Amino acid sequence: MAAGTIFALATAAGRAGVAIVRISGVDAFGVAGRVMSSVPADRGLRQIHDLNGALLDQALVLSFAGDASFTGEPVVELHLHGSPAIVRAVLSALDQAGGRPAEAGEFTRRALENGRLDLAQVEGLADLIDAETEAQRRQAMRVFAGGLGDLAEGWRASLIRAAALVEATIDFVDEDVPVDVMPEVRQLLKAVQVEMTTQVAGVAAAERIRDGFEVAIVGAPNVGKSTLLNRLAGRDAAITSHVAGTTRDVIEVQMDMSGLAVTLLDTAGIHQTTDFVEKIGVERALDRAKQADLRLFLIAEDEALPLPLQKGDLVVQSKADLGNYDGLAVSGLTGDGLDEVVAQLTDELQQRAGSAGVAIRQRHRLAMQGAIDQISTVLDAIELGQLPDLLADDIRHAIRAVDMIVGRVDVEDLLDEIFSSFCIGK
Amino acid sequence: MKHFDVVIVGGGHAGSEAAWIAAQMGASVAMVTLRRDTIGVMSCNPAIGGLGKGHLVREIDALGGLMGQAADAAGIQFRLLNRTKGPAVRGPRAQSDRVLYRKHIQSALASLSNLHILEGEATDLKITHGRVAGLVLADGSEIATSRVVLTTGTFLRGVIHIGDVARPGGRVGDKASVAMAQRLESFDLPLGRLKTGTPPRLNGRTIDWRQLEMQPGDEKPSLFSFLSDSVTARQISCGITHTNAQTHDIIRANLEKSAMYGGHIEGVGPRYCPSIEDKVVRFADKDSHQVFLEPEGLTTDTVYPNGISTSLPQEVQLAYVRSIAGLHDVEIEQMGYAIEYDYVDPRALRLSLELKNCPGLYLAGQINGTTGYEEAAAQGLVAAVNAVRASRDLESITFSRKDSYIGVMIDDLISRGVTEPYRMFTSRAEFRLLLRADNADQRLTALGRDLGIVRDDRWNQFTEKVEAIDAARATLSAMMVSARDIAGTGAKLNVDGPKRTALDALTLTDFGFDELRDIAPETPVLPEKIAEQIKNDALYANYIRRQEKDISAMAKDEATIIPQDTDFAAIGGLSNELVQKLAAARPESMAQARRIDGMTPAALLVIAGYLKKIEAKKAS
Repeated sequence: MAAGTIFALATAAGRAGVAIVRISGVDAFGVAGRVMSSVPADRGLRQIHDLNGALLDQALVLSFAGDASFTGEPVVELHLHGSPAIVRAVLSALDQAGGRPAEAGEFTRRALENGRLDLAQVEGLADLIDAETEAQRRQAMRVFAGGLGDLAEGWRASLIRAAALVEATIDFVDEDVPVDVMPEVRQLLKAVQVEMTTQVAGVAAAERIRDGFEVAIVGAPNVGKSTLLNRLAGRDAAITSHVAGTTRDVIEVQMDMSGLAVTLLDTAGIHQTTDFVEKIGVERALDRAKQADLRLFLIAEDEALPLPLQKGDLVVQSKADLGNYDGLAVSGLTGDGLDEVVAQLTDELQQRAGSAGVAIRQRHRLAMQGAIDQISTVLDAIELGQLPDLLADDIRHAIRAVDMIVGRVDVEDLLDEIFSSFCIGK
Repeated sequence: MKHFDVVIVGGGHAGSEAAWIAAQMGASVAMVTLRRDTIGVMSCNPAIGGLGKGHLVREIDALGGLMGQAADAAGIQFRLLNRTKGPAVRGPRAQSDRVLYRKHIQSALASLSNLHILEGEATDLKITHGRVAGLVLADGSEIATSRVVLTTGTFLRGVIHIGDVARPGGRVGDKASVAMAQRLESFDLPLGRLKTGTPPRLNGRTIDWRQLEMQPGDEKPSLFSFLSDSVTARQISCGITHTNAQTHDIIRANLEKSAMYGGHIEGVGPRYCPSIEDKVVRFADKDSHQVFLEPEGLTTDTVYPNGISTSLPQEVQLAYVRSIAGLHDVEIEQMGYAIEYDYVDPRALRLSLELKNCPGLYLAGQINGTTGYEEAAAQGLVAAVNAVRASRDLESITFSRKDSYIGVMIDDLISRGVTEPYRMFTSRAEFRLLLRADNADQRLTALGRDLGIVRDDRWNQFTEKVEAIDAARATLSAMMVSARDIAGTGAKLNVDGPKRTALDALTLTDFGFDELRDIAPETPVLPEKIAEQIKNDALYANYIRRQEKDISAMAKDEATIIPQDTDFAAIGGLSNELVQKLAAARPESMAQARRIDGMTPAALLVIAGYLKKIEAKKAS
């Protein structure tokens, strides 16, 4: 990891109202000071010049001390006029002034290394920047704001309290400690277990919010799947023709449905075929459709479904323009019934997204599952009247699992908890 | 001028152990103490051991130290604490006869022909080229040496407080060391202030023992030394009484007269050993606290009331003590007092206990911010071992957290410093299940032998024990027992499970040698200590297996040395705060760096990356 004072354009490249150049590093003030008369203590308007004194732009300059900045280092921000030429000239001046261009992700990395962000927050930040839909933005914001860290801190505090109770019965045997600590230990452990279980259940939904729900449109050839997809997507994403079996590959169309990222899969018509290429298409279609989050079966008349119906799947009569049907029916050609299908689809997806918590990655889920299992072990051991030193070791392992999410545990924390709670002093 | 390999300043528990160890290693050693007759004196409570502390004593003994045998010789009531809990957290403790203890220490030290004991006050150090070159005494005489171990306890600028009366002193009846404190200050050492307290001492003949609950020792005493077979002193019981609402009223009404609460003391006291004033204030909802009445010996009437240390004025002490059941007519022989003293921030030390800034000068005991005889003695041992080795140009010995409580303590002190007097607890040891009092010899006696401390008698006894354990283990591994038979003894397990070896069956909490013999009469009859050791190892085997990854990770971190001249600011990617902390702590290994307060996993990655880079540079 290279050291030094780094700089980069923090806003998107190109013409814009404002372009922000960020400088971070031990010598950020020194580097910035070489392209302006003086770095303001807080904020101020400054003329930016190159090292020969030529005026480049007039900018709003903000400065942050190391303990108040995003990276944990001194930071100076130049809010320039958003012209590519100005930005280029200022970046070049900063280079000559002793800074160096930042590598990808280097600002965030410094924030992590300086303890300004925990690992979960960095993940949240990455997602926040990548967020395209409103739900993704909200979710990333929750994680970035430390939602998961806060939760883990709470669990950690409860588990440390439980461990401290057990430790107190070990290390302060002749003292005035509570006689039977186990009811409280059990209560603390169970509460954490319940909360974690809720979060684990929400991880799958959170992943869907981040990566998008997959909805497969399934139906026999020429039933109008591609037409429907095109209508939904509002553009010609799939080839539409009247010859059965046109869509040989799986076509994906990404769209934003009421703030949720959705990938619609248009699958090859599902039917018996001898055409080798088409057969591959059919197999692929079945495979993808099975794994999708939701299936939208588009069927004509009373056809049998080509795949078992899963919870939440929609069954839609195709070619509604050719007849009258009860239930969902849609015409890819005229668009009749489309609104109804979209409404049902988003309803279902939003319901699923609603269960998402602040744990949004498999890494989080695995760590929490580990802790949940470990807590079960401890609860069983309490029932069996296991030795307290073994209980304490099991609880420590549960704490370690929680700490996998954001931080780490220390025996000093245990002792602090013991001392703040009990009268100890023989 | 006389020359010694190592000079020990102080004759308390750190100093005595240091002198013993250094002399056992064959060095020429001098001990400088204010008064020869106070060597090995127990200034505070008349007891050795306890939870965590008992582990330390066993470890000192396993290494060939002095404290265990002295405590056994002086023990007048032995109790194994946590007897009903797991063997890993059981702590041997003994009430001691002060006189017997001191005499044992003094005669042991007197028996060493290469140890010279000098009465006098050490006032100054001779420094040549930044290294220790000698010691200067108050009478102006000098001792030539390049290794000094300072064990000055609470004597560095000690101040004794009783109520609003304060006077300098290192212990009641002894003067404080001011000159040495000033000398240390000149080394630009980070000094801090701590306090500790003692209760009033009672005249046992004026206690109404008939009113009190009496607590005898264990029927089968658990001794400290692996060499001891039985107790030698007569055994006694301790009394138990309680403070009451009236006691608390008296204390509350006089709080502002307490040295602590009257604002006379700036030092920080230990949270786990609060004064009675502290207890009454912090735990206002409790109207009673337990008090142990511990006789100080067989030939004295003095009784130590454990649990009511205080710095209240004399008349208040008398009033509250007399409000306690059994003590209505008690006479106080010596008032309780608080003592404030200087300590050196132990982060200024290396793991060898040598000062980073002053090669040749080692610190041990309360001067490093610890409390307790056991903690002091363990440090005396570590300092002496390393001082002697340094005098022979040998590498220093590091005690690891994964091998001993001694290692846990040294690492805690050097990596984290102290914010209150540091004492040992079993919960400080992350590998507690492995570091047991019962296996201290298997963890450390071989090391003690390598260091030249362990004599033949101990070594022979130890190797015999190890052979007996290995043989018994082999036998038990070859015996098979069925799950149904095991369950038949009342042990909880699945009756349909597979057959297992007898050794494996012993991993069950509720299955021991008695149960094994019931279902397998061919079970060998083993000496008690051997059987206990095998059962304990088996009980924790599965947990220890789980810890193995952590243990090897720690071993790797300990082996990753951080050069002492590392410029942390130049590494890059570390926050200013961490750079400052690292520069102050100068960690000797990644294991130590990891334990620095505020250290982040990301920063450790950065440091590890840097170390790899400089290593690669060196290699090319």
